[in-house]
Amino acid sequence: MPDVAHAADRRDAAWWIDRAVQILVLAGGLSAIVFIAGIFVFITREGAGFVFDRFDFREFFGSPRWTPTSSHNPTYGALALIAGTASVTGLAMLVSVPFSLGAAIYIGEFATGRVRETLKVLVELLAAIPSVVWGFIGLSIMNPLIIQVFDVPVGLNVLNAGVILGLMAAPIMTTIAEDALKAVPDTYREAAEAMGATRWQVTFKVVLPAARNGLVAATLLGVGRGFGETMAVLMASGHSINLPTSPFDSVRALTATIAAELGETAAGSDHYGALFTLGIFLFLVTFAINFAADVFVRGGQRKHRRRGRRPAASANP
Amino acid sequence: MFEATAQNRRNLKVEGLLRLLFLWMTCMLILPVALILGVLIVRGGPAISWEFLFTQPMNNMTAGGILPALVGTVWLVVVALIASVPVGVAAALYLSEYAPDNRLTRAINLAIINLAGVPSIVHALFGLGAFVIFFRFGTSILAASLTLAVMTLPVVIVATRESLQTVPLAFREACWNMGATRWQTIRKIVLPNSISGILTGVILEVSRTSGETAPIMFTGAAFFLPFLPQGVLDQTMAMSLHLFVISTQVPDVPEHMPFGVALVLISMVLAMNGISIAFRVYLRGRKKW
Repeated sequence: MPDVAHAADRRDAAWWIDRAVQILVLAGGLSAIVFIAGIFVFITREGAGFVFDRFDFREFFGSPRWTPTSSHNPTYGALALIAGTASVTGLAMLVSVPFSLGAAIYIGEFATGRVRETLKVLVELLAAIPSVVWGFIGLSIMNPLIIQVFDVPVGLNVLNAGVILGLMAAPIMTTIAEDALKAVPDTYREAAEAMGATRWQVTFKVVLPAARNGLVAATLLGVGRGFGETMAVLMASGHSINLPTSPFDSVRALTATIAAELGETAAGSDHYGALFTLGIFLFLVTFAINFAADVFVRGGQRKHRRRGRRPAASANP
Repeated sequence: MFEATAQNRRNLKVEGLLRLLFLWMTCMLILPVALILGVLIVRGGPAISWEFLFTQPMNNMTAGGILPALVGTVWLVVVALIASVPVGVAAALYLSEYAPDNRLTRAINLAIINLAGVPSIVHALFGLGAFVIFFRFGTSILAASLTLAVMTLPVVIVATRESLQTVPLAFREACWNMGATRWQTIRKIVLPNSISGILTGVILEVSRTSGETAPIMFTGAAFFLPFLPQGVLDQTMAMSLHLFVISTQVPDVPEHMPFGVALVLISMVLAMNGISIAFRVYLRGRKKW
């Protein structure tokens, strides 16, 4: 409110209520920051004992031996778990990035009207399937299928978890990539079409380069999703500690290790602390990925605002 | 005068081919899931009956029904909603109606993105460290629901914020010009015009919450409890964890049972999402401005 309205003008009940509400909603907004900080504080609090007493950087990142339950010589090497997560996520991205981008281009640039709306709704529904159901699908449908098709003894492996994870991550990546394409101002397309470019030329030479940042962000968020996925990977990857050499090797992921072992550890033990340390590592990596994605999205928006049409009036007064 | 040249024809051909390629890629995302749903229905359908839904599990979960898991999921979802909807709506109101474009707002937005992006198992660790141990709620519905509430907060915030922002600025300006305070404007003009959009977000949150497994594993959901929870400090079974347990942890479960549980769970989630989408489409059609 501008200064011309003297403070004495109206300090009635409505004014005070307005102030109170303003403080309340600010508290609501701040709660998001409080929670994200709280997550870091509380997992660090539980993991700190292990980090300071037992944690060995070289062992954690260099050794594939994760034997926390060994009675005489427990070791906490997370390399095999990191390799497990990386291989599954990598395969998932290999499968889903091209298909998600293709689907986003089809939905955003080619499809029109009812087809477009239907596809968007379907993609949104795909994103809703719970991860434990995906894990169950890996276990009960993909597993026999892989054994049969590839003639391997075990169907719970990198391939299984990778495909499941790819199908899980694809809807999110498609949605975000489509948003990025939609954010490219129509004036870009119109200008290219006026020069005689065909639809695919417009898409490939104009829209995709202009939306590049958003597409990178979509991929990053897909990677983050794969990295943090727990139940599906736990159930479909075979859950055995391995440095994978082929897609048919069973692996174990960082997230799955926490989910499988935390229930059996005593609070305060080294093993318990080690699992929280894995959690801290997961938190930091996903935070970095999300932060990077946000930077890319922001960069993309700024670019269009500068070069494209003027933005619509903001809803914020 | 404007005859198609060889170049034109080639371009059109490429365009047609690419169109088909992208359509195929889109279908490749959707068709496998449709097939999987089909398999779930065919193999899980026979398991589902009134008896399956409304009796206790028996014989070490190899027979009987899923009643405690269904009831437990309802408990978890309701308590999580009570905790997160007010906070989420307040946060969305701040971001949409009050927040200036400054560092604090950017930090809040980044925090929301991260709350949505942090792995569910890390949320589980947080719930265990904060609610179970630090606040001494023990492994209980309360601890599990609060963990779920923190995790799904971004769903409510984002849906509510979008819904608030569809109310035209002119509506607010008209109200301010009458001398109304910001809050009066929000209560009389902004909220009534966006309440249905907020409801869509809440339904989406219900769907998300009922499917989550990892966050409740160590905070309040039990593998097997042959009775129904009596209050928020009890432990409970839950649909999602029940599916995990009977498909991986318990030997000799007849094959149709996990398929039945998976089918019930996925039907619940997809129905919620379907309702939310239908609601949104209906609202968009009805909008007068």
